[in-house]
Amino acid sequence: MKVMDWARALSRDPRHYQIAILSSLILIGLFAYSFRLPWWHVVGCVGATLGTQALADRFIGHRPFDPRSPLISALSLTLLLRTGSVSLSILAGVLAVGSKYVLRWDGKHIFNPANFGLVIVSLLFASAWISPGQWGSAPIFAILLLGLGGIVTGKAKRWDVSLALLFSYAALLFGRAVWLGDPLAIPLHQLQSGALLIFAFFMISDPKTTPNTRLGRVLFAALVATVGFSIQFGLYNSAGIILALILCAPLVPVIDHFSRGQRYAWPRFSSPFSAPHSEGDTHVLTPAE
Amino acid sequence: MSSRLLSSALALTVTAIATNASAFCGFYVAKADTELFNESSKVAMVRDGNRTVITMANDYQGEPEEFAMVIPVPTVITKDQVHISDPALLTHLDAYTAPRLVEYFDDNPCDRRQYMRMETTSAPMMDGAAAEFEERTKSLGVTIEEEFTVGEYDILILSAKESDGLQTWLEENGYKVPAKAKRTLGSYIKQDMKFFVAKVNLEERAENGSEYLRPIAVAFETPKFMLPIRLGTVNAKDDQDMFVYMLTRNGQVETTNYRTQKIPTGEEIPPYVKDEFGDFYKAMFQTATDRDGGHGVFMEYAWDMNWCDPCAADPLSDEQLQELGVFWLEDGPVMEEKRMRPIRPQAKDVFVTRLHVRYDAESFPEDLKFKTTGSRDNFQGRYVLRHAYDGEMKCEAAAEYKAMVNKRRETEIKTLANLTNWDRKAIREKVEADTGFFNTRKTTPDHKWWSRIWSGN
Repeated sequence: MKVMDWARALSRDPRHYQIAILSSLILIGLFAYSFRLPWWHVVGCVGATLGTQALADRFIGHRPFDPRSPLISALSLTLLLRTGSVSLSILAGVLAVGSKYVLRWDGKHIFNPANFGLVIVSLLFASAWISPGQWGSAPIFAILLLGLGGIVTGKAKRWDVSLALLFSYAALLFGRAVWLGDPLAIPLHQLQSGALLIFAFFMISDPKTTPNTRLGRVLFAALVATVGFSIQFGLYNSAGIILALILCAPLVPVIDHFSRGQRYAWPRFSSPFSAPHSEGDTHVLTPAE
Repeated sequence: MSSRLLSSALALTVTAIATNASAFCGFYVAKADTELFNESSKVAMVRDGNRTVITMANDYQGEPEEFAMVIPVPTVITKDQVHISDPALLTHLDAYTAPRLVEYFDDNPCDRRQYMRMETTSAPMMDGAAAEFEERTKSLGVTIEEEFTVGEYDILILSAKESDGLQTWLEENGYKVPAKAKRTLGSYIKQDMKFFVAKVNLEERAENGSEYLRPIAVAFETPKFMLPIRLGTVNAKDDQDMFVYMLTRNGQVETTNYRTQKIPTGEEIPPYVKDEFGDFYKAMFQTATDRDGGHGVFMEYAWDMNWCDPCAADPLSDEQLQELGVFWLEDGPVMEEKRMRPIRPQAKDVFVTRLHVRYDAESFPEDLKFKTTGSRDNFQGRYVLRHAYDGEMKCEAAAEYKAMVNKRRETEIKTLANLTNWDRKAIREKVEADTGFFNTRKTTPDHKWWSRIWSGN
């Protein structure tokens, strides 16, 4: 029975799928694409997010510690943030999880934690940066497959954001190419960016920081795509789309205000990771979740 | 012709430096020079903030009166922003950053195809036609933003309203523009790029007496950190090689719209490769690109300009760096601190990245875009030869050593075959002809372990 419970728990929470995929991508990056990623950076970043979450759960949230969300933040940071300094990896982790508790509006945190840590650290420190080109175009198919796999199997609860973002961004790229008279190979090449796909499927799709209604989410994705596109091609910053998310995130409460809907909650059930107290339905959602 | 003379002269210099260069990374033997790659282009790019200085080597070998080039540039450029540089600078930079253990090293001034080169057919313009020319230029939507002569080059900076007009203007003024280039020109016009158009001024060239066409350096300020490669791929059928030497204050430069990967390095290969290092490097580079679909951006060198280890050539001096456009040397604090292995206290706060790009129109549809990262990690293409001791060896350990060397040579053969895709049998033959293997067959009766216990038996 125990095993069945575990299996059910594992397959029900979309975060488990995400943890598995992000970990696989990190391993692919390390072994097939020789990312410059020392193991102690991973340990530092994971330790920082888990530690911050544990402390915040205890002293601010007053609820049992759940390692899954901070683990996802740490894995996303590990995938996208490049730095030579382990202290910056740790700082990014602390900022990511800390932002969930400090920057809040109407009971919901404003910024996508990993996005917040990533942008703040890479803007403040010259020795931390985002490498949009690190994936090349070879593993694009794999990332696309994993992302779409999540949608098909229902593991990605916010697939509408991912697809709306990719479609809007693609429309802008193709529109630009048509206007410039460029061959379509150029926008196709621009779409084959590992960083863009990872962002679309595994960062912006975070259910806790996207609008509550589908209409709101599609609007939000189109907005992020437009802002990201403008930063990339108007200000010549290759990390445009990642910067766009942090810039647009404060608008989510506004969108939620006009388009009211049910707030997302992670599935409630007895998870193998949560404390014995949570007997399925008695689990109470706390602000920081 | 001239570039050959230049190359061999430099090779001598380098050999002289090389003989006394040694360090923990091993003795420096030779380097793989860009001359290995036919028709490759060389560009040095200095960048800090939005300030950019590009030096383009000119490897044009034909009749000077037929030389002409068109390069898209992000801003209008005036006469004082253009400088004619010394080809030896790029050659030195090439030598300093070359993969180590190469036989000879050469200068290979700038890319043949990065810019469009077109034959000029028009006769010199008559004075009386000037007004008409101006009128015609205007009617085609082309504006001559600047017009000046620097060194042996006559330079025009053009802006245009649309590609048809620009193409007509270029054709009427004796530039043969490939039909396919029109679309690309149009794209650059809409992106508000200007066009840097250069021809050789024969009088000036005769006056300064140099045999070859010297590199052109251009300084400008732009948020666009890129190199335009699209015009150069319009008519090219084959792959092209470009070497980009990036000089920054902060650290490594990588491409943002293509993956930058590192070339294989640190491998031990059979000593005979010393005599064919050029072939080795070419084959290794080819194999590395083949594994990534035949094209790619490869980092061959990334190093703090203060030192090198081992050195393929001395680091560039302050004067050389300044000539290349490193403009921040004077305003930085003078760094008195001694580095770990200072060659001489000279260059400071300059980080060089050498990128070797092999591309064609299909695999590189977009211009190269770059970013400076915060990484100051040093990286170099370095290949290791290990010579076995070949004197007389009379001891117990000798047999073990010889077996180890033989094993090592086997590994070296495998490594070399893997790196270059060369036939393993052919490599083995060369190894046997060169160093061969130790004969490890026992010449004395086998000592069993027990024979040592009761040695008196």
